[in-house]
Amino acid sequence: MAPPNLALPAISLLFTSFCCAAPDTAWSGALETIKCIRAQGQGNDLAKPAWKLLAAGPSSSIPALLEAMDGANDYSANWLRSAVETISQRDVTRGGKLPLDELEKHLLDVRHTPRARRMAYELISKTDASRARKLLPGFLNDPGSELRREAVQQVVEEALKTRSNGDKAAAIAGFQRALGFARDVDQIEGIAKQLTELGQKVDLQKTFGWVTKWALIAPFDNVGGAGFERVFPPELKIDLTGEFDGKANRVRWLDYETRSEYGMVDFNKTFTALKGAAGYAYAEFVSPVARDLEIRLGCKTGWKVWLNGRYLFGRDEYHRGVEIDQYRMPVQLDAGINRILVKNCQNEQTENWASEWEFQLRITDSLGTPIVSAR
Amino acid sequence: MNLSQALQTLVLAMAATCVLGAEDWLQFRGPRGDGVSASKLPTRLEASSLTWAASLPGRGLSSPIIIGKRVILTCSSGPKQDRLHVLCFDLEGGAIRWERQFWATGRTMTHEKTNGAAPTPVSDGERVFALFSSNDCAALDLDGNLLWFRGLGRDYPNASNSLGMSSSLLVVGGVVIAQVENDSESFTAGLDVGTGANRWKLDRPRRANWTSPSLFKGADGTAFVALQSSMGLSVIEPATGKTIASYDDGASTVASTTPREGRLFVPSQGLTVLELAEPGQPLKQIWRSAQLRPGTPSPLVVDGRVLILNDGGVLTCGSMTDGTRQWQLRLKGPFSSTPVAAGGFLYCVNEKGLLQVVDPTKPEGEVVSELDLGGTILSTPAVAQGSLFVRSDATLWRIGKPPENPL
Repeated sequence: MAPPNLALPAISLLFTSFCCAAPDTAWSGALETIKCIRAQGQGNDLAKPAWKLLAAGPSSSIPALLEAMDGANDYSANWLRSAVETISQRDVTRGGKLPLDELEKHLLDVRHTPRARRMAYELISKTDASRARKLLPGFLNDPGSELRREAVQQVVEEALKTRSNGDKAAAIAGFQRALGFARDVDQIEGIAKQLTELGQKVDLQKTFGWVTKWALIAPFDNVGGAGFERVFPPELKIDLTGEFDGKANRVRWLDYETRSEYGMVDFNKTFTALKGAAGYAYAEFVSPVARDLEIRLGCKTGWKVWLNGRYLFGRDEYHRGVEIDQYRMPVQLDAGINRILVKNCQNEQTENWASEWEFQLRITDSLGTPIVSAR
Repeated sequence: MNLSQALQTLVLAMAATCVLGAEDWLQFRGPRGDGVSASKLPTRLEASSLTWAASLPGRGLSSPIIIGKRVILTCSSGPKQDRLHVLCFDLEGGAIRWERQFWATGRTMTHEKTNGAAPTPVSDGERVFALFSSNDCAALDLDGNLLWFRGLGRDYPNASNSLGMSSSLLVVGGVVIAQVENDSESFTAGLDVGTGANRWKLDRPRRANWTSPSLFKGADGTAFVALQSSMGLSVIEPATGKTIASYDDGASTVASTTPREGRLFVPSQGLTVLELAEPGQPLKQIWRSAQLRPGTPSPLVVDGRVLILNDGGVLTCGSMTDGTRQWQLRLKGPFSSTPVAAGGFLYCVNEKGLLQVVDPTKPEGEVVSELDLGGTILSTPAVAQGSLFVRSDATLWRIGKPPENPL
């Protein structure tokens, strides 16, 4: 590898180590400073000179900066990203070359964090688009959503060509293959549309993997939005056989199963279109092993979620919109039965667009692969 | 006037033109936050008026800002709009000088009409501060070197709006002011320009709010910031966030207040004009007009006229003195973008990308030229260096070359 091309002689000495050995102490110290940045801007003051040192480095330091993104928090990762961009744009402008072999090595090592691998891919792509394109099919089952998405898109485009050429069977096979690997919602919906047009039935409920069976109880009082913070009996104890004081009458748990393709748990269907009301939904999810997953929720009214009695998150926003995976909550599921409790609040707006009182919930891995209950 | 006097007058006029023409556009709606530039721009626009066009890597509603020979713009890209871009273009030729990207740390969901790059960045002339709908905020020097990064949507995880955030930043007295107001974790923060750390944080009404803060000066020249919300208006000291005056008769959560000559033209109950009274006292109402009703575009005040453009395209002119309606002119709408004024003319770009130049001095107002830029435009233009800068989701245009030989 050629020696790095540096503007500053002092820093030149510092970075010669990237040619053949581990980075030196000052560089490592600067990296540690960046990785110590925390919330509320903590560490920003020290990060500025550290970043300057890293960003002055040669392009041969880029793979090490990408590697440093492994385990970095979102703040630090952005600082590191910016250093990589600064180095690469400066060196490319000066006619320098990026270390494509090392970048490819980083890209192909799935132990690295997906966004750093994606960055490596984009750097390769900008320098040598054909080299990047050749790698793309290998990312069809990638743990990184961006690389995977692009590989899936390549399969989709091939299937579209096949369809336009009149080979229906091959097109169906192509779209079905793409659907099996797709994780992004818009991509899944686009593929499903193609398959439907080709006469194939797509079970979207199964594809997205919603939690469909719940017990519901409502209405509790949410007049003036006060019910969002008020603790009603389901928050204290799950007693599916109990009867409680509701907003106007005694209320009890009712079994509910959604048939919606989009997994909507609709309180209006069971309790009529109420206003100023709060309800709860309870489900049990069986996991064969303890594991790290995500609870993903979509809801356009106030909500709170608990897992195994532990409060995860809540939000008192009403009728601003809903989308699949609107909220992602990392969780650790226990081996065996896991108890999910959702509180869903409706406000008192009377506009037509403010009638929905519903939510959708699924459990996935970090990529969005649905995980269904073992029973 | 003799020849000597004439030449002297001409030289002074040229000097003034050069100074004014060189005025930077460092924030949303320009140097005074009122969308008015003293620059003269071409008024007869045609295809040849396009100086350059640059392709953009992502969507955006944010306005460009101009610092010397640099044009700074933000974009967002990706299926979840979670890739945040800050770009620097060369003012002369439109080439990209540098680009920095960030991974959003806050929520990126928005209504489809908007996107992650709705707030306009701001500069103090040395640094650029770029905020996004995810409430991520990056500070960069003019060469693109990162100075600090804050994830306000990560630091305060319920500070978001599922329809998207759009309030633009202000920078004043070493403080970057970010109005992060929404239905849940609602606040305005004063961030240190050097580190991004909170200098102060003010709880704000828990209601969705897309308006931008307005900088204005009191009678003694002291700078204040007006924060608008559904509740009304709060005037704060930028250094401390301390509220020194307020108005509580409600206000728009979309169109923003326009400061002009120490007065605040507030989209409230139609249009309400306020000014500071004694410290600690409510803001004093000068006049109110129910006939002047801003929609999405904010009010403009130009040469004694108040100009209000509604979403449908009706431009209403009122008296700056008392709000009396003078005329109405129907433009080709619809509009989300706020017009800018330069050399006494209005430059109004509708959602379909049709730029319309209006002469408001005519008895009923008059459209003097049109230029179809194509594409959806919801962004407010910027004016600097004798040119207009307009962006869509795909393109940034510089329109109107400066005179090649002013002599």
